[in-house]
Order: sequence, then C-alpha cells, then structure tokens
Amino acid sequence: MSFAQSWDFTPGARVVVDDLGKCSREYEWLEEPYVSPDGETVARVAALPDAEFSMAVGGEVWEETFDKIWYPRFSPDGRLTALVQSAGEWTMAVDGQAWETQFGYIWGTLFSESGDVIAAPIQADGQYGLAVDGQPWETLYENANQVLLSRDGKATAAVIQAKSLAQADIETFQQGIFSVAVNGEAWDAVFVNCWNPAFDATASRVAATVRRTLYDYTIAVDGKAWDGAYACAWGPVFNPATGQVAAPVRKAGAWGMAIDDRMAWEPRFAQLWQQAYTPDGGKLAAIAAVKFGEFTVVVDGAPWGVTFPVVTDLTVSPVGGRIAALGNAHNTDFAVLCDGKVWPGRYDMAWPPVWSPDGAHLAVAVERGGRFTVVCDGKAYPQSFDKCFAPAFSPDGTKVLIRAVADNKLHRIVAPVAAFTG
Amino acid sequence: MHALYDLAVGPLAWLAFGVFIIGSVYRLLAMRALALRKDGAFVAYVSWPHAFKSLAHWFTPFGALGWRENPGVTIATFIFHICLFLVPLFLMGHIVLFDTFRGWSWPALPDGAADVLAIVVVVICAYFLWRRLSVPEVRFVTSAQDVLVVSLVGLTFLTGVLAYHRIGDNLVLTTLHILSGEAMLVAIPFTRLSHMLFGVFSRGYIASEFGSVRHAKDW
Amino acid sequence: MSTIADRLIEDEGLRRGVSRLTPEKIEKVFKELIAGECGARLKTYVESCVRCGMCAKACHYYMSHKDPSYTPVAKVSQTMWRLLAAGGRVEPQVIYECAQVAYTECNLCRRCIHYCPLGIDTGYIISVVRRLCHKLGVTPQYIQDTAHSHSAVLNQMWVKDDEWPDTLQWQEEEAREEFPGLRIPLDVEGADFMYSVIAPEPKFRTQLIYQAAAIFNAAGLNWTMPATPGWDNSNMAMFTGDSEIMSRVERAHYETAQRLRVKRIVMGECGHAFRAVYDVANRWLGWKWHPVPVVHSVEFFWELIQQGRIKITHKYADPVTIHDPCNIIRGRGLMDKLREVTHFLCENVVEMSPNREHNYCCCAGGGVINCGPPFKNVRIVGNSIKAEQLRATGVHTLVAPCHNCHGGLEDIISKFGLGMHTKFLGDLIYELMEKPEAE
Repeated sequence: MSFAQSWDFTPGARVVVDDLGKCSREYEWLEEPYVSPDGETVARVAALPDAEFSMAVGGEVWEETFDKIWYPRFSPDGRLTALVQSAGEWTMAVDGQAWETQFGYIWGTLFSESGDVIAAPIQADGQYGLAVDGQPWETLYENANQVLLSRDGKATAAVIQAKSLAQADIETFQQGIFSVAVNGEAWDAVFVNCWNPAFDATASRVAATVRRTLYDYTIAVDGKAWDGAYACAWGPVFNPATGQVAAPVRKAGAWGMAIDDRMAWEPRFAQLWQQAYTPDGGKLAAIAAVKFGEFTVVVDGAPWGVTFPVVTDLTVSPVGGRIAALGNAHNTDFAVLCDGKVWPGRYDMAWPPVWSPDGAHLAVAVERGGRFTVVCDGKAYPQSFDKCFAPAFSPDGTKVLIRAVADNKLHRIVAPVAAFTG
Repeated sequence: MHALYDLAVGPLAWLAFGVFIIGSVYRLLAMRALALRKDGAFVAYVSWPHAFKSLAHWFTPFGALGWRENPGVTIATFIFHICLFLVPLFLMGHIVLFDTFRGWSWPALPDGAADVLAIVVVVICAYFLWRRLSVPEVRFVTSAQDVLVVSLVGLTFLTGVLAYHRIGDNLVLTTLHILSGEAMLVAIPFTRLSHMLFGVFSRGYIASEFGSVRHAKDW
Repeated sequence: MSTIADRLIEDEGLRRGVSRLTPEKIEKVFKELIAGECGARLKTYVESCVRCGMCAKACHYYMSHKDPSYTPVAKVSQTMWRLLAAGGRVEPQVIYECAQVAYTECNLCRRCIHYCPLGIDTGYIISVVRRLCHKLGVTPQYIQDTAHSHSAVLNQMWVKDDEWPDTLQWQEEEAREEFPGLRIPLDVEGADFMYSVIAPEPKFRTQLIYQAAAIFNAAGLNWTMPATPGWDNSNMAMFTGDSEIMSRVERAHYETAQRLRVKRIVMGECGHAFRAVYDVANRWLGWKWHPVPVVHSVEFFWELIQQGRIKITHKYADPVTIHDPCNIIRGRGLMDKLREVTHFLCENVVEMSPNREHNYCCCAGGGVINCGPPFKNVRIVGNSIKAEQLRATGVHTLVAPCHNCHGGLEDIISKFGLGMHTKFLGDLIYELMEKPEAE
C-alpha cells in the first residue's frame, strides 16, 4: 500500500496552514517552506535566538535544537528529515529524533521509493561511505560519491576511491584507483574513473560508466567491463524486465545507444542521454539532439517530430508505456511534450511531469509571470498561486492534489481531472 | 617560339582559365561541404551582418588593429592587391586579346597608368621577397612555396612590363608573361593563393563568432 | 634562429608521456584526429595562411622576447604544420616540443585574431595540438592532475562532496558575525539565480564567497548555491584537450542549474570558467546556446548597480587601472560594463594601453598557470610587455575580474617590482559597501 492511499482525496480546497510565518517559538528568521507529500503540513528551518536552529513543522518547533540544520526533506512516507549538527558532529534528524550515530558530515539525503528507508552519504574521520537508517557502512573509503539507494531500499552503492593518491600523482591515477562499492563492499576491479552507478530492478546488480584509460570509455556491470571501447559514454540503466543494460555511447563523433555492448541505436545523434525504460521494459526512451542545437525525445531509436533548443525531465508512465518531457528555449518558453505531441501552453518555468498511477493523466507545475499553477493533460487549473509544489494523483488517478502557497497560506486542493479547464 | 606562343594564348589559356574557374568553384563547394559535415557546431553561428561589418573594417586600410600595427605591410598589401586586380583586368593589351578572340570589350586603363601600376606590383613583390628573407618573424615561417608564389606573381608582372617596354626579346618575354600568368591562375585554387577564395569566409566566420557569440569586435 | 627545441623544460607528465610513444603510434593517433575531428576550419587556416608575419605583434610572448619563434604563426609552424608535413609520423621528442608550445607558450587569448587579415584562429589550431597531445598522453603533470580531479569529483581541486557545503556553511556562519541573518542559501529550488564559483574559492579564497554572500545579502537577492557537485564552473579539462571530461563537468553544471529551476547562472569573477560554460562545452554537448543563461559577475554587478541595489559609502580614492580579461572581453564583450562598474566604485580610473578587446593577456590563462611550477618563469618573463604596460599607468591598484589574471598579474608585479596590488570587483564592492554598524 502506498502512502498516498491514506491521504485525503475528498475533492475541495482547504487552507491547511493559515500563516506560514507562524512559529511556536521566538525566531530570527524562517527559511524556505517544504510541504509534506500529502499537503497537510509545512516545514521550515527556524533560526532561533542565540544561534540555535530547529525545524518548525506547521508552526510547531521541534523540541530539540541544533547548532546548524540544513537540507529539510520529507520522505515519501511523510516523515520529515533534516541534517543537523550539535557540538561539531553531524547526523540526520527524522521527525525531530536524531540518529544515534554521529558523523563528521552528512549530506544529500536519499529515500527508498516508499520512503521506509532513509540513507545519506557520510564522512567520518575523513572516511566516506553511506549510512542507512543511521547505520554506516562497515567499510568506509578515502572518498565515496555518486551515491544511490535502490528503489526498494535494500541496497546502497557509491563510486569509491580504492587506493590513495599522492598530490599530483598522475601515474597512479591513470593506473586506476576508483571502483564501485555496493553496501560498502567494493568491486574487485578498479578503473581510471567510475560514474553514474545504477541498480537493476531487484537491486541485485549494479552497472556504471567506467573509463579504462583516459580515452577508453565503457560500461561495467558488477565490476566486469564490456569489451567494447567507446570515445565517451553516459550513465547506464537496466531494462527492468530483461536485465539488459543500455547506455548512450559515442562513436566517430556521434552518439548512439548501446545495449549489452551492441549498438542498438546507430550513432547518429549530436547528443543522447537521460534514457529510461518503461517499467515493463517494452520501450526505451531518451533525450537526443537530432542535429546540433535541436533536441527531442527518441523512443526505441525513432525521434519525435518536434524539436526544442533544450529538452529535459524525461518521465515514463508507471503503466501504459507513455512518455513525457519538457522542452524549452534556453530556460524560457517551457512546453510540455507528451507522447510526441506538444501541449499548447508556454511557461516561464515548468517542473518535472508527474504521471497518474494508471498512466492515464499527466500533471505539471508551471510558472508564468511569477504566478504558479498546475496543468493537467494540457489544461490549467483555473486558479493561480504564489508557488505550487509538485502535484500528486490519487491512487485511482482521477484526482489531482495541488499543494500551493498563496497569501502566506498553505492551500491544499483536491481537484478532479475534469476541473482543469484552462 | 611561335608555336609555344600559340599554345600559350590558345589551348593553355583555355586550360588555365578552366582550371582556375572550375578549380575555384570546386574548392569552395568542397570546403563548404566539409564545413557542414565536420564543423556543424561552428558553422551554426555564421552571421552575415557581423561578417560584413568586420570585412568592411578589414577592407579599409588601417581599419583594423593588425593593419595599424604593421603600417608598411598594410600600405604594400593594399596597393599590391588593388593593382593585382586592376592591371590584368583593365589593361588595353588584355582587353584587345579578349576582343580579338571572343569579341568581348570593356573600358581600359590609360597605358601609362597601367604601366606604372604594374611596376608598382613588381616593386612590392620585391619588397615581399625581401621581407621573407630578412624580417626574422617572416623568415622563420617562410617555406619554398611562399617564395615561389610571390616570385610567380612578380615574374608575371615583370615580364609584362619588359614586354610592354620592348626590353629584351619581345616574343620570348610575352610568351613567358602569358605562361607565368597562366601558372598563377592555376595556382590560385591549390596554393597559398587560395586565400583569395577562402579569406573572406575565414574572416567572415570568425567575425560571426565574435559578433554574435562573443559580442566583441574582431578588428 | 632559436626554436622550441632550444628551450625545453623538464616536466614529469611530458617526459613520461613521450617515453611511451613511437612514431607509428603518433602517426595513427594524429591521422585519426585529423580525419575524425578536424574539418574546414583547420584546412582553411593551414592552406590560406600567407605567412605574412603580421600576427607577431599580437602576441605578448613575442613582444616580450622579440624572438621570432614566439609569434603565433611560428607556434603553428613548430607544431601543426610540422605534424601535417610529416603526416603525423614524427619522433616522440617532437610531441614534447609541440606540447610545450601548445600548453605553455600560448594562452589561447585570441588577440592574434585582431592582427590576421584572414581571421585565422591560432587559438583553435593550438587547441587541436593540445587535443592531440591529450590523446597521446603527453600533458604537463600539474594541469593533468587538475583534469583528473575534474573527472573524479567534478571540480578542479579534489574538493570532496562534504567539503563544499561544509565550507559554505562555515562562511555563512563567519559572515553572520558581520551581517546578522545573512544566508548562503543551499540548494534552494526556484531561486532567481544559481551562483557558481571555481574550486580554488572554497579551497583557498573563501573570502570571495564571503564577499559575494555579503553583496547578494545586502542587495536582497533571491539566490542559491548548489549543495551537490555541479557547483564548480572551472574547467581545466578544456585546456588539456580532454573534451569528454570538459563536457561531463559542464553537463553537471548546467543540469544542476536546471534541477534547481533557477532563471540564470551567475558566475564568479573567473575568465576561463566563463569561456568553458559560455562558449565551448555547450557546443560539445549539442546545445547551440546556453540551456540556462550564463551571466558573468562583471555584468551582474553592473545590473545591480543599474538597479540601485549596490550602495557604497564612498568611492575608492586611490587611482586604479583596469585589466581586461581575454575570456570575458574578447570572449564576451564586457569591456563597457567593466568600466561602468569600476567608475561607479572608483574616483580615478587610469586606462592602460592597449585596452578593451586589444588588451594584452595576463599570460596565466589558457591553462598556462595550471601547468604549475616548472613553467612559472615562462609565463612571467614571457609577459614583460604587460609589466611595461602596467608600469606606464603609474597607479598602484589593478582591477582584474578574473582569477587566472590575478595569479598571472601578481607574479608579474612581484617579478618586475611594480608595487601594485590586484583587486576583484567583489573586493572593491565589499570594501566600499554599506555595512551594518559594528556593535
């Protein structure tokens, strides 16, 4: 059962917080509001007198205060996390409870898909790794970055530095000092570089882009590199159904898609990246430049007919094999692309598209002239706000939850898809 | 010698003009195709308004920093190139040839003026050769081809001047003049002289980059 | 006449690189490079250059040494022409020489474009030579280490993922002593702009982050700095010839700004970083223009002044002169805005000559300063012309809105005893701005 099934999806509008500046304690300032996924409350970092910090949640300040606090994020299951420092040591606070283990530093909070697992990269005594629900990896490394937590929360991985490197030691670097660690255990193989590790659907395998020499890029799966050498490669993804690995690779000055080391899409693109499989593994989509400066979405090797100077935020539907993305002209004139068609609206900014669980509807938060609203299936909600957060769909896909700020109040609107008329 | 002269003004002239025109067109088209194929991320910025503005500066004596900082070369270069075009195209002797063989005619420069301009070309060629051999920064990068092409131009004009003034064997000099002129035409598409073909495009391209991307002048 | 062969300098990276080469390998890599990556530009430039030598006076190395082997065309003749003439089949030692010319005797400053009637872009040709040297593994040790850092941590100085936000939080805390309530907003989605800097700022010059925060705070701006990699806008991989790493770095930079949904990227006072973000890497990535607009600090300060958002208590009294950094003047045309900002801040501005687009380079740019100690003297004695130009102004304060320029100019000032000190615009604004009364 997803957390959303417990949310209130009764159609209608409610003001859930009538004063965003409300705070149960005297404060110096309140920072940016973060709204819970269900839209029922708001959290802000509260700077208290005497350089103390805490979180104000719906105006109520956590009991515990800290020397520093940052990166407040709600987990998908509605718990509020923040990174906190006390007496020079850092850790994660979840709903006001700090993890027992403390670290030299902590950052970049990660959540499993359902939100039941919370992880973060940590540094302890100059050693790096991940901590999962407060428990750090048994082995830490000289460096660990590009961290990830699997969707089911069962596994973590990071690119790690397996060997020491003296200052300006280019020789050792080129012999290879990087690897990938999964749940703290490093691959046997080392590479000149490892980038963009990715889990398969069951978090049992990991693929990453690697560089074997300064010029030889390829993909490594569970530490074993493909034979093929490419001029460059971006991050790989697994086909959730077949376990095949797809990665954009560069050959003879153009980009194509390699699947399991074979060219699936011939190298004919000026750019190719952000590929994603539909959950059934039936389709592979990616953002591509069909010519210099002309970007679009390519599905199974075939480009859509419309191009934009910039395309971002490729999103695949949970079911139904539908694909959406955003197009823009140098960060203005944002448009929503859906299944090869362009919605009519143009916006100053648009946020990542959100699919309904049944794949039937698509909603996007947009901004025009400083006013925000949500657009669903190409039609805008008739009301605009000072700020909208990411929309969400009811589990049956028929209603949209709009979380918005207007007049210093947090509004929570549940609107049937039919209510989007603009 | 007469046979050689006949060859020079007949088939060789056809050949020279043919190679020059077809060769030039081919080189330009081939270079364009190459640019579109391999330099797409650069050709994309070509902006003719910026190119023309910059070219106007570069076609003006002392209109660009490089010209101002090299006044001797600048004066020589401008006079040289002007004469290089004026004299062959508007010399009565050449127009008469075209009139005779093809029935084409156009106004000519006065013979005296053309003579002076031709002598100027020869003198400037000598100056260029002197620079090649004496000015260290030029000598450092001079190759045989550089000496050869300047000499070829100089020889064409020198033999023309000598023939006009009836100094030396007129037939020999005239034949030599025609042959070296034809060699020069043939050389244009395939040697350094190709700057005649590519110069406005290479300058126009960089002017586009400066004008439309970098918003700075390139002169 | 002397050539590059007469002034070779020992460098571990170059020496080890050539020790692995054979003429056959060089030929193969050279031919692949020419066939694969070079097109009409190189062909046109090589063919139509008439070897007139007019470019000599463009180059600060030539103007400082008056040695013909330092002219732009001589650098091309000692590298690319030589390689082309041999079809790439040369002894490894030739690659050592090519590398030393390309990495340490040309700043890619593009001043010579103002001298060549044919518009030949010597900087481009030298970049191709660098690309070859990269592909042959013959790069100076220190700049190569920097490129390695870019590849491993996406910044220039091996700054790890925790060190960056930690440093910003430390600067924020320090600054709050002086400016109560000041924030360095980390990873705030939807801010008006993302401020990005080069890695030497968090590593050595944290004062600059402090100052920027103070200025933005006083101006009441809605800004953010990323908490993730992608924060560093610098790019030495661009200068080693490693286009793939260059682009990986800039992809992260642009995608970070896209993720944060900012309207623009404002970049600190750095020139080469601006070149990488604004003019070079976007092309390799396939974007014709910038996926997120890019604004250099000079232009941004100019905007703030226009909007009345920078309030100063007084003007800087001592006379100052302005150094025009190549990458934002010839690279972006900010000469007028730089002057307007400087005049707003300073009583007395003495222009140096030549200036604006015709400025002489600092001789540190193009990655030359990043080649490290072995080549330090090359760039200092190679720029005595700049020292003369600076001395002629007779002033003691030099405004230079670029990090590499600072490094290069300070070395020249010290070597030639010019008695000057360099300042960023941010230094001046911070010094002159209205501040809260100290309690």
